[in-house]
Formats: sequence, C-alpha cells, structure tokens
Amino acid sequence: MPRRKDISKILIIGSGPIVIGQSAEFDYSGTQACKALRNEGYEVVLCNSNPATIMTDPEMADRTYIEPLTSAYLEEIIHREVEMMEVRSRGKFALLPTVGGQTALNLAVELSDSGVLEKYNVELIGAQLPAIKMAEDRLLFKDAMLKIGLDVPRSALVNNLKDGLEFSAKIGFPVIIRPSFTLGGTGGGIAYNREELLEIVARGLDLSPVHEVLIEESVLGWKEYELEVMRDIADNVIIVCSIENFDPMGVHTGDSITVAPAQTLSDREYQHMRDAAMRVIREIGVETGGSNIQFDVNPDTGHMVVIEMNPRVSRSSALASKATGFPIAKIAAMLAVGYRLDEIQNDITRKTPACFEPTIDYVVVKIPKWQFEKFPGADETLGPQMKSVGEAMAIGRTFRKLS
Amino acid sequence: MQAVLALEDGKIFRGEGFGAKGECYGEVVFNTSLTGYQEIFTDPSYAGQIVVLTNPEIGNYGTNFEDNEASHPYIEGLVVREFSRISSNWRSQQVTDEYLDRFRVPVISEIDTRALVRHLRTKGVMRGVISSMDTSVEILIAKTRSIPKMDGTDLAKIVTTRHRYDWTAGSQFQPVPVIDGQPGRHVVAYDFGIKQNILRMLVDAGCRVTVVPAMTSAEDVLRMAPDGVFLSNGPGDPEPCNYAQENIRGLMGRVPVFGICLGHQLIGLALHGKTYKLKFGHHGGNHPVKQMESGKIEITAHNHNFAVAPDSLKDSEVMNTHIDLNDGTLEGLRHRSMPLFSVQYHPEASPGPHDSHYLFHDFMKMMKEWKN
Repeated sequence: MPRRKDISKILIIGSGPIVIGQSAEFDYSGTQACKALRNEGYEVVLCNSNPATIMTDPEMADRTYIEPLTSAYLEEIIHREVEMMEVRSRGKFALLPTVGGQTALNLAVELSDSGVLEKYNVELIGAQLPAIKMAEDRLLFKDAMLKIGLDVPRSALVNNLKDGLEFSAKIGFPVIIRPSFTLGGTGGGIAYNREELLEIVARGLDLSPVHEVLIEESVLGWKEYELEVMRDIADNVIIVCSIENFDPMGVHTGDSITVAPAQTLSDREYQHMRDAAMRVIREIGVETGGSNIQFDVNPDTGHMVVIEMNPRVSRSSALASKATGFPIAKIAAMLAVGYRLDEIQNDITRKTPACFEPTIDYVVVKIPKWQFEKFPGADETLGPQMKSVGEAMAIGRTFRKLS
Repeated sequence: MQAVLALEDGKIFRGEGFGAKGECYGEVVFNTSLTGYQEIFTDPSYAGQIVVLTNPEIGNYGTNFEDNEASHPYIEGLVVREFSRISSNWRSQQVTDEYLDRFRVPVISEIDTRALVRHLRTKGVMRGVISSMDTSVEILIAKTRSIPKMDGTDLAKIVTTRHRYDWTAGSQFQPVPVIDGQPGRHVVAYDFGIKQNILRMLVDAGCRVTVVPAMTSAEDVLRMAPDGVFLSNGPGDPEPCNYAQENIRGLMGRVPVFGICLGHQLIGLALHGKTYKLKFGHHGGNHPVKQMESGKIEITAHNHNFAVAPDSLKDSEVMNTHIDLNDGTLEGLRHRSMPLFSVQYHPEASPGPHDSHYLFHDFMKMMKEWKN
C-alpha cells in the first residue's frame, strides 16, 4: 500500500512546555515525525508553545505556530489553515496527535468532542478517538482487558467498611484505596493492615461526595516491564523493544532506573507478554502507529497483569528508539499515512524492511536525574509521582560495565 | 579457569571457562535471540555445533524443568560475552552454570562475541574448539580441521529416538483449546531431532502423537493408519538422508504431511528439488517472513544452515508460500495437488514469537479435509 494520496496537509501538535513529569522526549519524536512527513511530500503544520525546541526550528515544518496549546488556539489555527487550503483546493487535512505526548492527545480529544474536527473536516490519523478513550478510561480499559483474557489488578467499589474489609481479605494486604470523585485523589492511601484499612476507608467514604471508595490490589514491589509495540494498517504487529525497570512497582517509571532489553524474563514469559501486548493493541484498536504497554509481574508467582497502555509515542518510546536504532516516531508517522511496515526501509541495514524486531548485542541503561536542591521542602521520597528532571542513557556491552 | 576458543582458520579468542575442564569440538554458529537460551541448549538441531549467543547477558533467569526441548542439552559448547551465576526469576530451579555443568557442557565467557560474530558473518560458519586444557593453540587448530564437516553429514540418524513412543503432554503454560471438539487426530511424527514443543503443540491442537525413529519405513508408518504424518526439525545436512527422502516419496499423496526445518528440506529433496548451505545460516527469533498469498508478515524463529533452492522446484507442482524478507530465502512450500506443506522456520517457536502457531491448525484442517 503506498502512502495516502488523499491527504495533503497534516497538523502536528507538540507537547508544550517542558515540565517535571513530562520530559523533553517529545521534541525528539515530534521532530522525527515532522521530517518524515515532509519527506513524504505532505504540507506539515506544527503547533507548539515551546520555542526552545528543535521541532520549532523554521525548517522543520511548512508553518510553525508558537501559540498556547489550548483547544481555542488550535481551532483558530485549523480555521486559518483550512481557509488557506480552500484557496488552493487540494486534498484532506489531517491531525496527527500521537507524537506530542499526553498534551497533544488530550487536545485531540477536546477538539473532537467539541466538534471542531468535524466542522473543519479534519481527519484524526495515528489513533482514533475510541481507541484513545478506551486506553484512557480505567473502567473501559479494565473491561477490554478482561474481555481478551488478560488480568488487571483486582479492584472493587465499596460504600461501607464491611465490604471494604471483606474485599481486602480476599485479595490480601497491602491494598490501595482511592475515594471516588475527590480532587486530586484526596483521602486515598495504602493500607498494610486491618487497622489502616478501617481508618483510610472511613476517611475516604467521608470525603467522597458519593460515599464510595475504590479498593485495588497493590502491585507494589512487583516486577515492572514495558513493551513498545507497532501496528500497521494491514495488522502486522511488531515489538520494537522490551524494557525492564530496575526499581519495582511503586516508583514511577520516570524515576526508575530502566534497562533494555528486559533481562530476567525467560522466553516463555517474554512471549506470553508479547502475545498479550498484541492482543491489547488489537483490542484497544490502535490501527496504525506505536503504543507502549505496561505489565507488572508478581516476582514470586509470575502472575502478570496489564497496567496501562499509551496509544501514542511515549517517554519510553524515545528510550526504545535510541536503544535499538529503530526510529519509532518516524515509522509511526509513516504508518499513520498508510504505509505498511514491510514497505518501510530499515534505517540501519538500508537493505531489509522495518518489519522486524530489533535484536541487540548490548545493554542499555537509563538513570534519572533529580534536582531536589532546587526545591527545598519538596518530599524526596520516590513514589508514584515523577520527580526527576532529566535522565542519562548509557549503552554498554554488559550490564556490569554500565553500573 | 582460563579457556580458549580456536577456529579452523587460525583465529583465537581467549576467555573465562566454566563447567567441566576439557575440550569440545563442533561447527561454530551464532544465535541472535534475546531470550530462550535453555531452549537453545536443548534443541537437538544444535547437535554437533558450538553456539555463540549474541545476547551478551546469559544466565540471568536461571534454568527450570519446563523449558527443555529435549531431556538434555545438545549443543557441544557455549560461547557468551557475560555469564551470570545469579538468577532472578520465579521459575528458576537451577542456576545456568550448574545446569550446564551437570551435563558437562563447556562454556567460555568474556569473549568479544561481536568480533567473533562479525568474523563468522564474513568468513562463513566454520569448525572450532573450546578448550580449558593446556593444549597449544597450534594443536587445537589442527584438531578443528580434522573433525568432520557438517556438509554431507547425516546427524539425524544419530539424534533420533531408538524406539517408537507415544507423546501425550501439551503445553501447561498456555493452554490452547482443542478445536471444535474434534476427536484426536492420530499423527505419526518422524524424529530427526524433534523439539518437544512441536509435540506439545500437536497435542494442544488436538492430536494423538506417536513418535517414530528417523529410519522408519513409509510402509510401517502407513500400517499405523495415521491421520497425518509430521516430519521434524533436526541437525545437519538433509542431502545424505536418502532413506528419509525415499520414505517421504512413499507417503506423499497417501496421507497429509507437514514438515518443519529439516523436515521441510527433506520434502524439498523428495520433490526432486535442491538444497544448499547458507553462508552463516539463520539463527534467531526476529526474522520477518511474508505469507505470499495474503501478504501478511510473521515474525519467526529460525535455526537453519541449509535451505531449499526455490527455483529447483517445479512451479506446476509446488507453490512457494513463505519468503524471508531479509534475504529472500524460501521459507515455506505447499504442494498444489497433494496434502503436503512445510516451513523452513519454527512455528513451534520455543524460543521465539508465536506468530506462526496457525500452521498447526492448518495441519489439523488438512487432515480433516483429507478424511472427508
């Protein structure tokens, strides 16, 4: 299948300011996507509020808007661009929201929900709305995983102490408690025993406007893995790279030392995870492009659960790209405009197709960098919220050499 | 313990030896899989070969009783970059070091496997020796030149089972449902060095399996009245296995036949095609293979030094069904009029991706259609 000829112009949304919790990786992916699509002859329009990025260099896109990343500004940009198109009256206008992190994805959802995309006849490419929503919504995602026979951490909504105790007894301590509809998860916590459970559930029920809390199986201390998956329009699926977190569950991936490829999975376990990843990307319905899927494995029993899926290029994709030489964002952009994986050339060999799974004879380690001295008073304990401000990646022939 | 790897062209690599003090000889091949070292150790197709693993970290997840492809390792020796004597995995029952030592498989680590693999890719696979004795390298090199070459050697008849036996175990790890409640199909599987996961997959697909020695005649097999015949993988050169080619000719068209790897090559030869030796073979778990009919790509596990020459087969009789996208090697064929198909790669994986499991169902379908 050659590239789509019906599309003439593509809008790429960048990821905006660099903040703690969302690193600069999306500049790398956005830049790759801009280059790839321009190279294919598309008119590329870019919007990013952050001028301190490579992607906003003048030669990267045909037109670059350095404007706030809000749906109002984007609507204005779309409006302008559509007007310009009508003058020349050419093909379709498309929006690629999968290379600018969660910011870009959220904006795409907003623009779609508010009818802007429909109004201006802009086609979402790379990920469709139902897929984005299913990956985002905890309950929809959980149902989808159970439907395809995969496990997720067990959880239940309760509205009294008795049910809370019963459920916790069933799944065992520790458990995570999240009150429903409180701002920023206020009132939640981790209970390691009966007393703590009673205290936190009682507090949570009080704080929750609907008198309800979610009790969830804790995967603290479990082995944490990520797979970078790519799928093309012909349903070919490949795994670009596996990543294993050195720090177990409980520490945010952005704050974890991570290793690629995964080091402590046997082939059976790895293939089991690979099969699961393929089922996930197909069920969620990401038709073209890359996704990142997180799995946790109980280190004592091997029980595997799916935690989440990002239907877009993610923080880990950048690491996987650099670790393997497989340009995930570039290929994702090409898949979004209709190429199949076997039609794209492998950038390393220049002879074989990109439809393969990189195998490497070295080890890659990423180590985060923190700068707590700049934030006196900040809690230095690592936890589920990312606190690092940067990271360093090293490539070496053995793990020992790197550590 | 100091050890040395010497190749027949005079190239020497020095490293750290593990396991039994001694010497081992074989053809030196490399495998690029990132996972599955235990399956590689125990794959009978590696008989007569010293295996170099390009994944630099070997041993991290230990070994267990479930991941064997045969009752003991078949590799002659192991060459790695870094050999871990610590394991971190819930299924691990024995550290890799002790496991290999138990079966007296010599290991040499701290080898620049990247340089070694580059050498093998440029010069082609060659014979070699791993030694932890104080033998001089000149003598070692001379010895490597005296061991028989893989070309022209029939290893299948050495590794095959001596006696016929029934196999009933399926895979426990991932139960595959029996297809539409079919009564079990009886499959006779020729053992040229069969991997146990093939047997498990056949059982999972709903087969009753009888494994027979490589030399079993077509008449003996037909007398068992099987629903289908399976031709296994195995080590060495397919050409000298005349007996197998004759037997396949006796079975073709009389019973559905499915072949993997060496079985595929033997089918090629039985159909009067030709086989040839690849420069450095395909050994890894990431080869893209294209299904010619649908255009769909499978990521597949490969382990072959020989291949069937695609233009040696008559197009009127045989369809080329699968092609390797990296180098165009023929990876699968199907007979146009007889119930017969085969693949050069390993749909049973182990180690490797599971993309090609459907072939076992294709075999079931073929047997069902033949019966009707």
